[in-house]
Amino acid sequence: MSAKPEITLEHFYVFNGTYAKKEGEEEKKILYYYPSKIDLDSQIKNIGLSEAIIKFTESFNPGQACDYCHTHKTRQIYFQPEPDFWMVMIVGVPRVWKVKDGTQFMEYQNEEVSSNVCQAILRQTYTMFRLFMGSFDTILNDPECGSVLLLKHKLDHFYSRYLLSLKLNNSDILDVFQGLQFLPLDKTTFLRVQCFMNLVEAMFSQVKYTAFLYNDQLVWSGLDPEDMQVVYNYLISTLLPAYLEKELHGGSMPRNSPSPFTSSHYGKFVTGPSSINEPNGTGKLPRVYINYSTIPISLYLVVYRALSATICLFVDSKTSLVMDFFKSLDTFLGPQLTTLVSSVAEQCSKHVTIVADSSPKYLYFNKLNLAYKSTIHLDNRRCSNVLTTPEVLRIITDINNDTNKLKEAGEVIIKTMSDYWVVGKLSNLREFFVVIQQKNANLIEIDDEVKRLCEQQLKSIFFH
Amino acid sequence: MESSTSEDTGDDYYLELSADPIRFESVSFLTNVFFDDSNKQVFAVRSGGVTGVLVKGPNQNLSFRMEDKGPVISIKFSPDMNILAIQRTNTSVEFVNYLPTRELDSVEYSQSCKGKNASILGFVWTHGNEILLVTDHGVELFQVTPEKRTVKALKSLSLGVNWFVFCPQSYLVLLSSGTIGNQMQALHITPGNLHKLTKFEMEATATKPGKLAVSERDVALAVLYDIPCIIVLRHQQGASRSNATTFVYVYTVHKMMTIKRSHILKLDMSGRFAINVVDNLIIVHHQASKTSMIFDIMLPGVSDGTVIYHTSVAVPKPIKPYNLKVPGATLSEHIFQPCQLYSPNWVVFQPNIVIDAKLGCLWYIELRLDALVKVIRDKILLVEFLMQRKDAKQILIQVLQSFMTQMPVSLMEMPTIFDKLNSVYRSHLENEIQSQMGTPLQSNTKSVATTLENLKHKLLIDQSDIYTHILSKFSEGTIEPKMVVWVLLEYIRSLAEHGIPVQHYLHELVITTLVHRKAYYQLHQLLQYHVVADSKPLACLLLSLENLYPAAHQLALDMLKRLGNAHEEIIEVLLSKGHILPALSFFRYVRSVGMADEISARKFLEAGKASNDPILFHSVFKFFEQRNVRLHNTTAFTRGEHCQPYVQHFKYLFRETDNGCNSDTNSNVSTVST
Repeated sequence: MSAKPEITLEHFYVFNGTYAKKEGEEEKKILYYYPSKIDLDSQIKNIGLSEAIIKFTESFNPGQACDYCHTHKTRQIYFQPEPDFWMVMIVGVPRVWKVKDGTQFMEYQNEEVSSNVCQAILRQTYTMFRLFMGSFDTILNDPECGSVLLLKHKLDHFYSRYLLSLKLNNSDILDVFQGLQFLPLDKTTFLRVQCFMNLVEAMFSQVKYTAFLYNDQLVWSGLDPEDMQVVYNYLISTLLPAYLEKELHGGSMPRNSPSPFTSSHYGKFVTGPSSINEPNGTGKLPRVYINYSTIPISLYLVVYRALSATICLFVDSKTSLVMDFFKSLDTFLGPQLTTLVSSVAEQCSKHVTIVADSSPKYLYFNKLNLAYKSTIHLDNRRCSNVLTTPEVLRIITDINNDTNKLKEAGEVIIKTMSDYWVVGKLSNLREFFVVIQQKNANLIEIDDEVKRLCEQQLKSIFFH
Repeated sequence: MESSTSEDTGDDYYLELSADPIRFESVSFLTNVFFDDSNKQVFAVRSGGVTGVLVKGPNQNLSFRMEDKGPVISIKFSPDMNILAIQRTNTSVEFVNYLPTRELDSVEYSQSCKGKNASILGFVWTHGNEILLVTDHGVELFQVTPEKRTVKALKSLSLGVNWFVFCPQSYLVLLSSGTIGNQMQALHITPGNLHKLTKFEMEATATKPGKLAVSERDVALAVLYDIPCIIVLRHQQGASRSNATTFVYVYTVHKMMTIKRSHILKLDMSGRFAINVVDNLIIVHHQASKTSMIFDIMLPGVSDGTVIYHTSVAVPKPIKPYNLKVPGATLSEHIFQPCQLYSPNWVVFQPNIVIDAKLGCLWYIELRLDALVKVIRDKILLVEFLMQRKDAKQILIQVLQSFMTQMPVSLMEMPTIFDKLNSVYRSHLENEIQSQMGTPLQSNTKSVATTLENLKHKLLIDQSDIYTHILSKFSEGTIEPKMVVWVLLEYIRSLAEHGIPVQHYLHELVITTLVHRKAYYQLHQLLQYHVVADSKPLACLLLSLENLYPAAHQLALDMLKRLGNAHEEIIEVLLSKGHILPALSFFRYVRSVGMADEISARKFLEAGKASNDPILFHSVFKFFEQRNVRLHNTTAFTRGEHCQPYVQHFKYLFRETDNGCNSDTNSNVSTVST
């Protein structure tokens, strides 16, 4: 058997229909097109087709635009992030060669592609762009050089690299949730973290917002959840893995301090200067655009790490990023963070629970604070490190899609051919999925098992 | 000119003389003045007593006459003022009863010291009518019986004595012995008895021959934080005169058994010094510079393992200039005359007395805490210092209030300050619990007693103080709202670390402040980590916030669930939102775990009817019919439940269509028990 058939990215484009006033000007609509090697004519045709589908479907359901369109070979996803701007992603459905009655034919596995997940990925491509480049609107209205040309340039700059990192085949329900994993912590330790972050804000007035992570889990975020979810995604899936990789390779190299006595802490900048003692500049700092629900602002993102703790400082973009600023940050953060981390680590070790392989797996998501917890996924890096089958994950996605239609509470139980029971429960705006693999189980046993798990995992919340 | 400028900066003087001094006749050719530091009485003896003895004390103003039997060396009343002891020679002390008629008895009786060739150095009244004679050969304790005019010897001790110092608070007598006077023997005087404490030696510095290594005027006995202390000035000769410096050694007495040198105060000056004790602080006056310093042995210092070194709490400052009220040109007129401070005529007595024998004034040295607040720069030190002062609560609160106006910079010190306040608060709470539970177990009596001792001197600032004077004052718009949250959380953190339960008003303030700032997600995280303790009122507060922050509803339900006794409220909340099925399912859960069984069916039926959903109403109605069967063996509702309108409504909705099968189900249901 050959390699597993894969979902492929066929087309990805951004357009604004209002930019072409007359016939023959269609080219003006195109803001970004992937793959770029496709000739202009086809680009115009494809965009035209998408526009037509959007317009056509709208007449049946005014005000509610079309989300996606299934074809035999592709899945087309439509998304309107800002008025008149459309983003379209077309993915190729995985296919296999099959032989029936002596003739070979291509079979398209349509059920392998989840539209919801694709939709979530498309939305992610937009929010990630907006985080680093700003919204389309802010780029167009940039007081210095705002123009369509600038927007095109930025889209090209961003997406030409970003699209290559898309993990269409390893995406699942977690991309739909875009959740945050919170670290379970006792009240006192949480307050210590919270107070420390407040102190940072108090001592450095340039710092506007802060966030604190321990390993991959969030402890405290000063940002709104909508912003934090994008930043979190960036940290967990891009920035921190790359940093850790670099650290690992540089592990045998001498530490940046010339003597072990000069630095009594483990703090280091992840973004910003690679070493405090190095004279060559402060490094490149990412700028992020946040607060779209109120007044959008742009801030520098300084990420600092000590042992397993990562803190994000969102610094006023008017700050002059001189070395002295980083030095004073380092001397303030380093020692205090090092001691704080050890107390967090001590608390965490008390919470560690070993989940037996055979025990039921669960996935929890609360859309109000975006918290999620999963024993199905071994980590949250989106690299297919899961303890169940893709089929089960797809079922969860489907149940999630259905529960969205339920009003306040409900329950769905599905049994697969491979003896998997997938239970989805919705209550008090929280979703709880349980995966149990058990032969010859009946509905009552499964229901009892789910009840037991709820009692064990969710006893401190209202979930019935 | 001079005086006016000093008036302007007058706020910096942290010590002052009491406003109303005790005035007495000054020393002259005819008048001798004596001071008894046990009773704090000044005796002015005119012409040996013939022309009168004037006694002035804190509460007395007496005068009487006595016969002149030679020059008086020392004169003191017994503690309850019934016997006057007068020493006129080196070998005996005379007694004369002081009658309730405020005059002296006519008969004197006398007691000479027992020791042969001994000469009396002085005497002190101890307990009741007991008197201790100190001679150069030892000490002798006598019991005086005024009714019989007799004196009986009780105890004695032989020891070569150079000088002695007595402390009326601790009943300690310190005796200097040995040829150079550095052998120290302390005695604890109890009623009828003398107890020797372990002997100790003070290191002898190079002294001129014939002079004692430690002189009487350099020694003071005091009680600091309930611990008897021996405070000794030690002059250290430097290489040259200019770098000669003086230290103060503080010896502490432990359980009236052992004496240990535990503190050293660095004066960084040399010359003549005098010591006072005010509010458990050691005050050192320096005559040459006309300044005084303050030391607090309970504040942290630098320890070398056995001794803690302290520096002065604040920079040396003079005592506040003092104007003495003197008679003017006419009888009715008074003028205020500046008074010379640190005068050579000053004599200092323990604990806090300064006497100017020339002027005839007795003052008490007093602290001016409000001036000290300005002089102590270190915020943490200041708070710690104030916590150890008497009646400093108001000032401490003012100091804390002023820190708040220095936000955000002062947030740096806030954790340590709150921790200091709360560690005292915690011990107070522990004591309260201890006293409520009665006598503690034998094994830990000691530790409890010691914490009690330390606590007595620490100011208690509890959460209601912090709330009323500091945290709730923010609403007047003094600092940015986000800083209010910082302070509030810092305080709650400190309480949590000390295991002190946080009162609901602090939680409420957290919630309202965050809501006011629209920092809903921050609030959400605090609730998520249970920083805010669960309670029904807070859950209701959250419910009321739903319009502002939709997630508050979920948080409120969670909180009600955790409380474990709010099932009815939960059902109420769910029904009010029209969530009838979740409410029913919750009711079923509550019943299944046996927590409650009774619930008003009417509320559910009313909500079902209001939903305008016949199927939903049908489900609700059937659910309760089954319950009725379980409880009363019939589908009918009891009269008390007032469900008749809903039975009608059910009939109206369904009777026509399923008339036939309804009776059928009725009979079926009655056999089913859920």
